[in-house]
Amino acid sequence: MRPFKTLQKLYDEESQVVITEKGSPPRVLFHGENFLQEDLPVGTRVIFPRPPLAGVPNVKAAIRYAINHPEGMEPLHALLKPGMRLTCVIDDISVPLPPMVTPDVRQTILEIVLELAADSGVDDVHLVIANALHRRMTEGEMKRMVGEKIFDAYYPDRYYNHDAEDPDGMVALERTSHGEEVSVNRRVAESDLIVYVNVNFVPMNGGHKSMGTGVSNYASLRHHHNPKTIRASDSYMEPKTSALYKSNERIGRNIDKHLKVFHIETALNNRMFGGPTDFLAKKEEDYTEGDRLKFQAMRFALSKLPRAAARKVLNSVPAPYDVTGVYAGATEPTHAKTLETSYKQYVVPVEGQSDIVIFPIPFISPYSVNSILNPLLVQVMGLGYFYNLNRGVPLVKKGGVLILLHPAYDEFDPEHHPSYIEFFHRLLPETRDSMKLEHKYEREFAENPSYVHLYRKGNAYHGVHPFYMWYWGENGRQHVGKVIVAGAENNHVPALMGWERTDTLTEAIEEARGFMGRSATISLLRIAPTVMVDVK
Amino acid sequence: MSAKAAFFDVDGTLVKTNVVHVYAYYAMNRGSVLGIAGRTLSTALSVPLFGVMDALDRKTFNEFFYRYYAGLSEDRLVTIAEDMFEDVLQPALFEQTQDLIDQARRSGCKIVLVTGALDFTMRPLARHLGADDMIANKMQFVGGKATGKVIPPIIEGANKANAIRAYCTKEGLSLDKCHGYSDSASDYAMLAVVGRPTAVNPDLRLRSIARAYNWPILDLK
Repeated sequence: MRPFKTLQKLYDEESQVVITEKGSPPRVLFHGENFLQEDLPVGTRVIFPRPPLAGVPNVKAAIRYAINHPEGMEPLHALLKPGMRLTCVIDDISVPLPPMVTPDVRQTILEIVLELAADSGVDDVHLVIANALHRRMTEGEMKRMVGEKIFDAYYPDRYYNHDAEDPDGMVALERTSHGEEVSVNRRVAESDLIVYVNVNFVPMNGGHKSMGTGVSNYASLRHHHNPKTIRASDSYMEPKTSALYKSNERIGRNIDKHLKVFHIETALNNRMFGGPTDFLAKKEEDYTEGDRLKFQAMRFALSKLPRAAARKVLNSVPAPYDVTGVYAGATEPTHAKTLETSYKQYVVPVEGQSDIVIFPIPFISPYSVNSILNPLLVQVMGLGYFYNLNRGVPLVKKGGVLILLHPAYDEFDPEHHPSYIEFFHRLLPETRDSMKLEHKYEREFAENPSYVHLYRKGNAYHGVHPFYMWYWGENGRQHVGKVIVAGAENNHVPALMGWERTDTLTEAIEEARGFMGRSATISLLRIAPTVMVDVK
Repeated sequence: MSAKAAFFDVDGTLVKTNVVHVYAYYAMNRGSVLGIAGRTLSTALSVPLFGVMDALDRKTFNEFFYRYYAGLSEDRLVTIAEDMFEDVLQPALFEQTQDLIDQARRSGCKIVLVTGALDFTMRPLARHLGADDMIANKMQFVGGKATGKVIPPIIEGANKANAIRAYCTKEGLSLDKCHGYSDSASDYAMLAVVGRPTAVNPDLRLRSIARAYNWPILDLK
C-alpha cells in the first residue's frame, strides 16, 4: 500500500480535475461583470485552481529573514552605506488582481527597507513605480499601495511613476549580445543600490523581467514585445519555454552587470475571494445552501445594476491574499525560489490536451484595474494569458477551438486606453495580421504626440500598448483553429477580432463540436483564482 | 524635410487667453501718451462688446477690429507685439504647452501654428515655442503703414482647413500623417482635414465631436 503522504498528494492533484457526470452541479462561470450558471456536457473536464496554500505566519519576519539571508548577495544592511543613493523600484497596480487588502505587501516591504535605510544613514531615497508603458498610477492608488505614512513622506518628489518618454529621464546601457537596446530610468541608473519590490502574481513576472521591462522604454521593449518573439514563445509562464523571458534575461543580465540590484520577491497564494464572495473559490460540489443563496443574490444584484456600477462594485472588493514566500537577493537565484513557490500554488497536472477549451473571462485584467475590460483586453485575457497558463504545452490542441465567455461589449475607457480606441476601430478593420500591424503602424502610435502626452501627463497607457495586447495573443491565435465568444452582446466586436459568436455556451459547444467532431474532448479552466496546467 | 506636420491652433489651445485680449492690448498701446488714456477707456468699454461679437462670429469680429491698426507703422506694431507677448501671451501659456510641442517635434513633425490672429502678433510666441512656421492673417501695409485691412483669405473656421491643405501641398507633406490640435468646434474643419486630429481643452461641442469620432482628448494644464 502507498504511504499516506503519497496518497494525500495524489488526492490533492486529482481533486483539482473533475470530470462532469450526469449529476454534476451547474458551474458558476465568470462572464464579464456578471456570472453564468451552466450545465456542461457529460465528460467535460473541469480544472479547478488549487486551494490556497498556507501563508507565512508572520510576513514582516519573513521579509526580515529574506533580506538578512539573501540569495547570492550580501544582506541588505551590509549594502547600505551612509550618503548613498538608493532607489526602490516597485511593481505597479497591474498585480495582484484584484488589488490586495491593505496593507499591501509592497507597503510592508517598504516600511522595513526604508526604516533600515534610515538607520544606515541613507537619506537620498526615491521610490519609483515600475509602470513601464502602463498608465501612471493615480494619487489615490499610490497612497493605497504604500500606505499613508510613506506616501506623505515621499510623494510627489520622491515617490513617482516611471516616465518612459521623458527625454532626459532615460539612460542607455550597452546593448546585449543580440543587439537589443537596454534603457533604464535615469534615477535608477544613477543609484548606488536598487531595491526591487516585487509581487509575483504570476510566474511570468519577476526575475529579469522586473528591471528589464519595468523601468525601460519603447526603444528597449520593442526587442521582445513583438510578434516574432511571441510566436517563438510556447508559454509566457515558464521561463524555459518563453522567448520573451529569454530576451528579458539578456537585457536583465546587462542591467545586473552595470547596476547593483537587490530583488525582494514575494509569492502569493490563491485566496482571491474573501468575505461575501468566498464561495467563488469553491467547487460547485462543495457549495452550501448559503453559498447558493449568496451566489443567486449577487447574480441578481449585478444583473440589475448598470454595467459601470457593477464594475465599481466588483472592483471595490479587495483580495485577502496571503504571502506564501519572501525571497531576496540576486536576480536569478531569488526568482528561482519564487517560481518554485508560485508553481506549487498554481500548477495542476492534467492528462492530455483537449479539442475544445472554455475560458470564462472575468471583469478584470492587469490592464483594466479601476477601468473597463475592453475588447482588446478580452482578447489578451483569452488568447494571451489564459491560453499561456501552462508550462509549454497548451491545454487546447493545435487547431482546436477556444470558447471565451464574455459579453464582448464595445466599450473603451478614453482616459486609460485612448490609443486602444483608434487601434480597434481604425486598424483592425484593415488587418489583423500582427506582422503587418507592427510594420505599418506601431511606430506611428508609439510616437503620436497626443498619446505620449496622455501617457506622461494623464493616466493613459502608452500609445503602443494596444499593439502589445494584440501581439500577446499571437501564439494563441496561431495555435487555435477557431475562437467563439459565448454570450457576446453584439456581432461586430467578435467579427473585428476574427471570432465567431453565439448567444449561449451550449450553442458555442455545439458549434465547436461541429468544427472538431462529435467526439471532441472538452476542458473548462475554472478561472479565477489563478490556475496553470501541466499537460502530460 | 519632415513628411508630416503638427498644426496647432493658438487661442485656448496653447494659451489660456483668446484673441480679444490681444486686440485690447493693441488698442490700448497705440499712439500718443495722451491718446492712451482715452483709448484705454474706450477699449475697456468696448471689451464686453468685443467678447460678444467674438462669440457670435469671429470673422466679423476680426474685420471689425482690424481697423484699430489703421495708420500704425509696421515697426511700431512689431515692437508692441514683443511687449504684448511678454505681458499677455507668455503668462497665459499652459504649463504643458511646451512639452506637447516638443513631443510633436520629437515624433518628426514640423511645428506649425494656425491662428486667426495677425502674423506679427504671433511671431514672438512662435519663436518662443520653437515653431517652424505659422499660418496666420496678414495685415496689408502701404508705405510702411497698416491699412486696417487684411490680405485675404482670412484665416478662420473652415478657411483654416483650406490653408492647411494648401500648406501641405506646397511643403510636400502628407495630410494623412499630419496632426491637428484645437480647442474649439469652430475649428472642426481644421481637425477633420488632417489625419490625426486631437481636441485640446475642448468646448462642449468639440468634446462631443471628439468622442463621436474617437479623437484623443487632451486636457492641457
